[in-house]
Amino acid sequence: MASISTTPAAQPRLKIWQRLSFEETVFGWLFILPAVLGLILFQLGPVLVSMGLSFTKYDIINRPTWTGLDNYTRLFQDDLWIKSIQVTLKYVVIYVPAALIFAYLVALLMSGRIRGISAWRTMWYLPSIVPSVAAAAVWRWGLHPEFGPINFPLKVLGLPAPRWLADPDWIVPSIVFISLWSLGNSVLIFLASITGVPRSFYEAAEVDGAGIWRQFTTITLPLTSSIIFFQLIITVINSFQVFTSAFILFGSNAAGSVAGPGNAALFYMLYMYRNAFGYFRNGYASAMAWLLFLTVAILTFILFKTQNRWVYYEAGDDNE
Amino acid sequence: MNVIRYAILVGGGILMLTPFFWLVSSSFKTPATIYVFPPQWIPDPFRWQNYVEVFDAVPVLRASWNTVYITMFASIGVIMSSAMAAYGFARLRFRGRDLTFSLLLSTVMLPYVVTMIPIFIMFSRLGWVDSFKPLIVPHWFGGPITIFMLRQFFRTIPLELESAARIDGASRPRIFLQVIIPLARPALVVTSILALVFNWNGFLEPLIYLRKTKLYTLALLVNSLREFESGLDWTHYMMVVSTIMVVPVLILYFLAQRAFIEGIVLTGLKG
Repeated sequence: MASISTTPAAQPRLKIWQRLSFEETVFGWLFILPAVLGLILFQLGPVLVSMGLSFTKYDIINRPTWTGLDNYTRLFQDDLWIKSIQVTLKYVVIYVPAALIFAYLVALLMSGRIRGISAWRTMWYLPSIVPSVAAAAVWRWGLHPEFGPINFPLKVLGLPAPRWLADPDWIVPSIVFISLWSLGNSVLIFLASITGVPRSFYEAAEVDGAGIWRQFTTITLPLTSSIIFFQLIITVINSFQVFTSAFILFGSNAAGSVAGPGNAALFYMLYMYRNAFGYFRNGYASAMAWLLFLTVAILTFILFKTQNRWVYYEAGDDNE
Repeated sequence: MNVIRYAILVGGGILMLTPFFWLVSSSFKTPATIYVFPPQWIPDPFRWQNYVEVFDAVPVLRASWNTVYITMFASIGVIMSSAMAAYGFARLRFRGRDLTFSLLLSTVMLPYVVTMIPIFIMFSRLGWVDSFKPLIVPHWFGGPITIFMLRQFFRTIPLELESAARIDGASRPRIFLQVIIPLARPALVVTSILALVFNWNGFLEPLIYLRKTKLYTLALLVNSLREFESGLDWTHYMMVVSTIMVVPVLILYFLAQRAFIEGIVLTGLKG
């Protein structure tokens, strides 16, 4: 199988739009038409509708009624909403650094001169193909205080063994643990970017007498920083939307149910799901969605602002 | 130094695979031997029957068919529509092209949360809840990551091939179908694998749209086997269905390991 390269073939860049042919314009739009419709119907349109809905009360059966900022003011008085923010933020704060560091370290271990790379890759990657529904089910055993393999060594060594999914304080770390298990994608992405650093850079550094640590901080890290940055953004966005593992372990469609002891697994998405699809409070859930969206957008924006300080792009990089 | 490295890789790798083995081995256990310590790696009694009995307990066959159906049509849709768009973005020059493309690409960062409710309302107005349409139709309107990946690949195809076809009088659609698509096979394989796995493993959308048991996908079936839902200790059946769900993806991985990995790596290149 031929390898996919992302470098574009030399192509004359035509900036003068007058030279464009009518035929090309018509076909151009025709070819991208489905995607443009999708963009409007399933992305941009819904974002606007969602904002509109957030100012209404709407159960789908009856017409939406305008309630102004009511949903938002009620949110700020909703203890469960505040709880769901605490749970989610706790997860984001633990998961994002843990995931990036862990995946990067594993990728570093696998890079360089090493035998049996495809076996290592497979071993570390396979958990990622386990559907999250099944992963959650498996980890209910894995993190079981008495029968699970995680607590066993802790007990043998006489270390305190947490009660994981049974202890409100440990529920979020447990979910982090489960997510870390299926980290294979990030490992593969980091591995590819670390392996992509030209060997000659390291050889030059060795000639200059730079040790392994210096080579890492002055070559590997800067040259993979754009990928780290991109992974950071994606991980942040995704980590705010944890749903499946929490739902499988603690979720229920029954009204008035709690998500784990003391609602300690009431992730934002879980609470939003319950409002929209359990209580049919679509306006309220839309307000939740919009606040989450704003938070994520602002965070992403801030991260993009910091990127000049630490993300290194090669000169002439096709930055599209 | 290297010894430590191999030791960590082996140790960690085994740790990563342990739950995986437990999943498969538990699918051959009785409920009584699932939560025991030390874990039984080789189940005793070894219950092959689980794989027969589960078909009587829950509609596995139906759910498998539903999952295959949704996965097939959603994946075909996203590849076809994305390939078209990718060709337009990669090769045709027209006003507004680059702006549209960057807008499209920026939606990768749009959380699904914000679009979920309006899309649900739209589909429920259309009477599409409890049908497979909401899980298939949106995919026929292209996927930003797929479009991005295919566009990158199309741009590497030499322009000369296209010009030659044009001189011979071939139309754009013909060039797309007979020049570009055959040459893009490796990229299409890579993106198809990603689409297949994504749709196969999907959970939230089936959960929202499919309420009738006969429409359940395998993921929903696993969900319905939780104690919460069934009130029974069906963990062993849950593991059977989970195993049934993992095996096809596993086979795909081993059949097309390189394309599989390449696809994942490409999704991480840039957004």
